[in-house]
Amino acid sequence: MRLSVVDAERCTGCQICMFACTRRLGYAGMGKTAIHVKSVGGMEHGLSVVVCRACQDPPCAKVCPEDALVLRKGGGVLLNPSKCIGCGLCQQACIVSAIFWDKEAEKPIICMHCGYCAKYCPHGVLALEERREEVPDAVK
Amino acid sequence: MLSNDPLANVLYVDLSKKHSWVERREDLFGKYFGGAGVAIQLLTENCPAGIDPLAPEAPIVLATGPLDGLFPLGSKTVAMFKSPHTGNLGESHAGGRSAVAIRMSGIGAIVITGANTNPGYLSIEEGKAYFRDATTLWGMSSSVTAGRIVRQNESSAGLRSIMRIGRAGENLVTYADVSTETYRHFGRLGMGAVFGSKKLKAVVVSGNRTLEVADKVAYQALYDEINTAAVSSPVMKKYHDLGTAENVQPLSALGGLPTRNVQAGHFESAEAISGEHYAEHYLGRRLACSHCPVACIHIAALREPYQDEAYYYKTTMISYDYEPIYALGSMLGLSNPEQVLSLMNKVEVLGLDAMSSGVCLAWATEAMEKGLVTEQDTGGLKLEFGKADGYVAGVEAITSRSNEFWRTLGRGVDAAATRYGGVDFAMAFGGNEMPGYHTGPAGYLGFMLGARHSHLDNAGYAIDQKELTKGLIPAEQLAQKLMDEERWRQVLSSLTVCFFARGIYTPELTLRALAAAGYNLTAEQLAATADDIYRAKFAFKLANGFDFNKLTIPHRVFETPAVVSGFDEEYMRRAIAFAAGQLASPRG
Repeated sequence: MRLSVVDAERCTGCQICMFACTRRLGYAGMGKTAIHVKSVGGMEHGLSVVVCRACQDPPCAKVCPEDALVLRKGGGVLLNPSKCIGCGLCQQACIVSAIFWDKEAEKPIICMHCGYCAKYCPHGVLALEERREEVPDAVK
Repeated sequence: MLSNDPLANVLYVDLSKKHSWVERREDLFGKYFGGAGVAIQLLTENCPAGIDPLAPEAPIVLATGPLDGLFPLGSKTVAMFKSPHTGNLGESHAGGRSAVAIRMSGIGAIVITGANTNPGYLSIEEGKAYFRDATTLWGMSSSVTAGRIVRQNESSAGLRSIMRIGRAGENLVTYADVSTETYRHFGRLGMGAVFGSKKLKAVVVSGNRTLEVADKVAYQALYDEINTAAVSSPVMKKYHDLGTAENVQPLSALGGLPTRNVQAGHFESAEAISGEHYAEHYLGRRLACSHCPVACIHIAALREPYQDEAYYYKTTMISYDYEPIYALGSMLGLSNPEQVLSLMNKVEVLGLDAMSSGVCLAWATEAMEKGLVTEQDTGGLKLEFGKADGYVAGVEAITSRSNEFWRTLGRGVDAAATRYGGVDFAMAFGGNEMPGYHTGPAGYLGFMLGARHSHLDNAGYAIDQKELTKGLIPAEQLAQKLMDEERWRQVLSSLTVCFFARGIYTPELTLRALAAAGYNLTAEQLAATADDIYRAKFAFKLANGFDFNKLTIPHRVFETPAVVSGFDEEYMRRAIAFAAGQLASPRG
């Protein structure tokens, strides 16, 4: 299973997914959030939802000097915080900028594809689903 | 409150000295929560009575509350300042990302004093202020473009709010607004002019953090309860589907939609500018304030051809709501939905308050009809109900302050009517141009008795529609009802929760939500705090010249049949006198 952005055009920018991701750990705010919503250059032009795509062969794991990123079944990685030295190389390796920074812990924040955010999305933007083979947009 | 909550950090900024510092104000946030409750204290502390609202020393206060960042619909920032429009309390609320951005920046309130020598903007990152130059942005024709430049110059996309003014604010029009995230506004009472007087083009706020709660498990459970209530509420569905524009047709049918300067309460073209029509033909996108599942912000996509070249188009995204549709549509007799959108867009890029602009232009149109104002006064501009071109030129003339007439109109409809005549149809209450409700005595008393002369102070329009249609009640009883509603709303605007969620945040739920933020109160303590905040606002008003006895009621109110008619000036005066007796003296 992985978290999927089903249709970013439905996103209203409410950021409830971002609050959910941090609340999952028992905090308010957005400081532990692994999914981010931002405008694509002014809210009027729509929003982009940035979250880990669960790569099968993740570049972030390849650059980790401490083997703190463990391959996750279903794609993506899981962070072993005890090994992580906070160097930030994984963040640089992610071309979609889906690795965020926990400035309170000085460690990366990487989506674990639990789907907690999707449960709260009021507008059907997010879903936790089986990995689909890549299909053209037109038939999605 | 929780002892480590960054909410109690107040960022003080002195623009003149380019100096900023943070003070812990648990004394204020612990007692008054935040938002309006804290802002009125900070305003009173920092704004000596009698000061010129546009003097450098006059403060701008922005405050959020303990529920922002914690719960859904905790999404509002309360701004307070001395209003250059009325001379007393300036209070304006906006959502967008402002409240969450301020809270995530690690502060609960911002107090800005002093003035820039050269135009500048303020960037607040993680609670620290940075002074940036904005010389090149000053005078830029569109506030939307200025916002885009600031956006490109700053980091933290998605975690920030950009509050900015347009040319109207720069030119000190006393009903200039401050817009945030392009489509939300600190609209009423002229904070844009206060920004302009400080040569402050914009304030950007950004940050990110976690916030502690009193009990993690209880917090998550209460969150789910509130969120479920929000997403399943029929009221919230209404705001999501058609938005506030849904009210256009029902109000017109009841006779409550101010039309052609309230010469009628029914607009024959209401359907053409209705929420239904806009949704079906123009709705391009819906947006939400941060942490709001409702998404009431409706953005129209207006596609217009250029006249000088075939197949050449521009598409403009324009935010619409009930109030601008009323003020820039029915109030001006405009029945073409695209012209109304164009005028709204013009008002947006100039940075004017839509309601005050529409009411001022409606008065000016009628004053021209009656010969009180001539084309000589307007510099050749002819205003006619139903003709959009004159109004587009009119808002530009107000903004440019092009001659004595437009400069006067740029100080509001009361100032203009005092100078040129026509006070009986100058539709302002307490100095603030009316919102879009010609519903009856409760609506109009609501505008007059509300601390910020807004329909949202006490929702008098709803009392007209729900209760007074069955018959008038004693004036004193009506005043009491309005005051009771306004008193409770001080709690919501101190938490700070969107008023659209007032049905969800009942006193009982509010106490539990406050407990999650570390506030343990009884219902009686909450009510007493609400009363303290309400009275503090009136103390500021009274100290700065507000006088219940000087409230004027344009005679038009009694002439045009409303949803509820049959009230007279004597009835209104009795209600005003009752409120004055309650509010002009300390709590007994």
